[in-house]
Amino acid sequence: MRQPVGTWLNGIVDDQSSSPPAIEFDGVTYRHPNGPLVLDDFSLAIGRGDTLALVGRSGMGKTTILKLINRLLLPNSGLVKVEGRTTSSWDAIHLRRRIGYVLQEVGLFPHMSIARNVAVVPHLEGWPQEQITRRVDELLNLVGLDPAVFRSRYPRELSGGQRQRVGVARALAVDPPILLMDEPFGSLDPLTRAEMHQEFHRIQSQVRKTIVCVTHDMGEAFALGTKLGVLAKGRLAALAPPAEIIHSDDPEVKVFLDALPKVEIRENTKQTK
Amino acid sequence: MTPQPPASSPQPLSSIFMRLIEFWLNHGSEFLSAILRHLALVAASVGVAVVIGVPLGVLAYRRPRLGSPLIGLANVVQTIPSLAMFGFLIPIPLIGGLGAKAALIVLILYALLPVMRTTVSGLKGIDPSIREAGLAMGMTDWQLLSQVELPLARPAILAGVRVATVVGVGTATIAGVIGAGGLGEYILRGLSSVDSIVILAGAVPAAVLALIADFALGWLEKWSEPGRQRNRRLQTGAVVLAGIAALALLIGGLLWSERSQGRIVVGSKNFTEQVILGEIMAQLIERSTSLKVQRRLNLGDTLVCETAMRAGDLDLYVEYTGTALTAIFKQPVILNSDEVKARVAASYAATGRTMLPPLGFNNTYVILVRGDDARRLGLRTISDVAKYTPGWRVGFGAAFLDREDGYRGLVSAYGLRFAETPRAMDLSLTYLALAERQVDVISGDATNGLIAKLDLFALEDDRHYFPPYHAVPVIRTETLNRHPELKIIFDRLAGVITNQEMQQMNYEADVERRDVSAIARGFFERHPQSHQPITSPQ
Repeated sequence: MRQPVGTWLNGIVDDQSSSPPAIEFDGVTYRHPNGPLVLDDFSLAIGRGDTLALVGRSGMGKTTILKLINRLLLPNSGLVKVEGRTTSSWDAIHLRRRIGYVLQEVGLFPHMSIARNVAVVPHLEGWPQEQITRRVDELLNLVGLDPAVFRSRYPRELSGGQRQRVGVARALAVDPPILLMDEPFGSLDPLTRAEMHQEFHRIQSQVRKTIVCVTHDMGEAFALGTKLGVLAKGRLAALAPPAEIIHSDDPEVKVFLDALPKVEIRENTKQTK
Repeated sequence: MTPQPPASSPQPLSSIFMRLIEFWLNHGSEFLSAILRHLALVAASVGVAVVIGVPLGVLAYRRPRLGSPLIGLANVVQTIPSLAMFGFLIPIPLIGGLGAKAALIVLILYALLPVMRTTVSGLKGIDPSIREAGLAMGMTDWQLLSQVELPLARPAILAGVRVATVVGVGTATIAGVIGAGGLGEYILRGLSSVDSIVILAGAVPAAVLALIADFALGWLEKWSEPGRQRNRRLQTGAVVLAGIAALALLIGGLLWSERSQGRIVVGSKNFTEQVILGEIMAQLIERSTSLKVQRRLNLGDTLVCETAMRAGDLDLYVEYTGTALTAIFKQPVILNSDEVKARVAASYAATGRTMLPPLGFNNTYVILVRGDDARRLGLRTISDVAKYTPGWRVGFGAAFLDREDGYRGLVSAYGLRFAETPRAMDLSLTYLALAERQVDVISGDATNGLIAKLDLFALEDDRHYFPPYHAVPVIRTETLNRHPELKIIFDRLAGVITNQEMQQMNYEADVERRDVSAIARGFFERHPQSHQPITSPQ
């Protein structure tokens, strides 16, 4: 796991014999319709159970990468594979129900109660009602919300942090093997965010998902990722565990490292060691 | 011809209110059924507009290239005045004609735009991240629409339904002109007899209905805001089913209520004399034959009756020869009344109608003076009055002043001069103004009920300036061939109604406020020979 980025990546991509990576990008180009080129010959592989934190400036295609994974978008060229199959060969609906998605703006349905929000995908999957009720309580407990209190509330009655927790619970509802998170804690105040980071680790230790989390905040990336990817100019400037990234002298990576508050670096490096 | 109303003077509010209450009490069941029919028209049309408009709105939202022209079309429809729209639809087969069906079509068209537009704007107003969340969770198009988009757009759609309903309550009153019933019938009846109580009897409940609908739907709109409703899943399916069933019942009921198979449809234009004549025709058929009659009295103007008749929606109504000649057949004015009758009869025959024998009276324009002036000065003809007019004041209806064959022609034909330029007056006020000596000469309608009542004198048109307006029943030839007995009974009515008798009946309706069917019964009591039952030739 301590190889330089390129060789590590090549190793995985070339190794087709063992079980395929959970998610794989191979020479992917994506251009916004009538817009700029977002991804240019982009390659990446994410192993099962890994938490990849992708860092990049706004507009660098972080969200695009997530949408390519759950087939909200299709690449102009190159291959995006999930569990070894290209997304274009997956049935879009089936694929999306195997991938939990926590949106930047949470995107809870305002006309549905918290329980109903969490139960959306189980409903779509046609689970029996008792099983849904049990699962909703289980998930609310998992994300630290008392079901008795929150079950029948509506999103607008919740604080930002509580809504984020519901968003995570909703994404985990049918126990999908993959979880995508788009700036999941971006809108929270620093204290709540730190709390959510801890919750994240607690939950991940229980559920063991393959997680791709995009953020523009290097500190958050360090806090969440078992691997860090740094995006620049449509490609990966670096992909390595946090402990390696911190010593990188790649200019694109250094920009982000320099932006880190010193205190947080020390804390986080301790954590990752 | 124009309506011939009496004047109404201002009354204290409390007395108007009392008379209004009295009117409603006297017309209890009729009033109730008018309200119910009004409600049914609005509910059915708004219901259909929702069933059509929401899917169209969704289409316009999902496929803007298809949708924008749709919205544009609905916009254009909205700008057509409702009166014009009702008239426009009469000659169109299947969807048009007279009565509830055509009224529903128009009301639906008007309700569509607000429903479509608010559906689109409701859908457009949804936060994109919410839609994206639905897609990312693996919702199909339909699931996204039914579980996320439509519920979130519901308050906006309800706002559109609310607008459509309130507008619909108003527009439905205009549907009276094509005989669709409802509260508009009172308004039209009141307008034609210049009876403000009858107008208010229709207008006040219409306004109250609009307010109630606005309030109730506003409440529903609030109640349906996201996050308010509970146990929604239980309801939706049942509500939709019940709604569609109710809608089908409503429309079925409306259409069934005016089925006209085998019935003779008798119509009339929208002024008192016409309604009385329509009722007389209807009773004549009912008294003398075994045929069933459907009344469509108080329709719009000449054009409405003519187009309805050509479309086969109307079998019979009474027209005036002069009006038929100029307004329907677009021929120049002819003064010889026999020639007019011959031309009109030929024109009707050429267009599938049969002109029946004239009823007798001639509802032409007349020049009126006070009876005492006529007696004092020995006035008999318009020529007689010419030497006095330079010192007299004159009041004419605005239409008469404007018409080529009205004031200007009259003045040059008789060389009349007046003390001052004629005043354009409300037609209903001229009779009273003359009687009260505010003016000395007026133009009027020959059969107006006030002429005898106010002791006015109609000067003879000795130079035959005014064209003849003899009243003639006109019937679709096809109907006449199917029921030849009608020919016999209408022959019996030939020449029976004199100007005096028509004046009297107009007076009974306009001034004494007697019920039209009672007036018609009175007519047959006076003329027992004209309604003997006949044995059907079949």
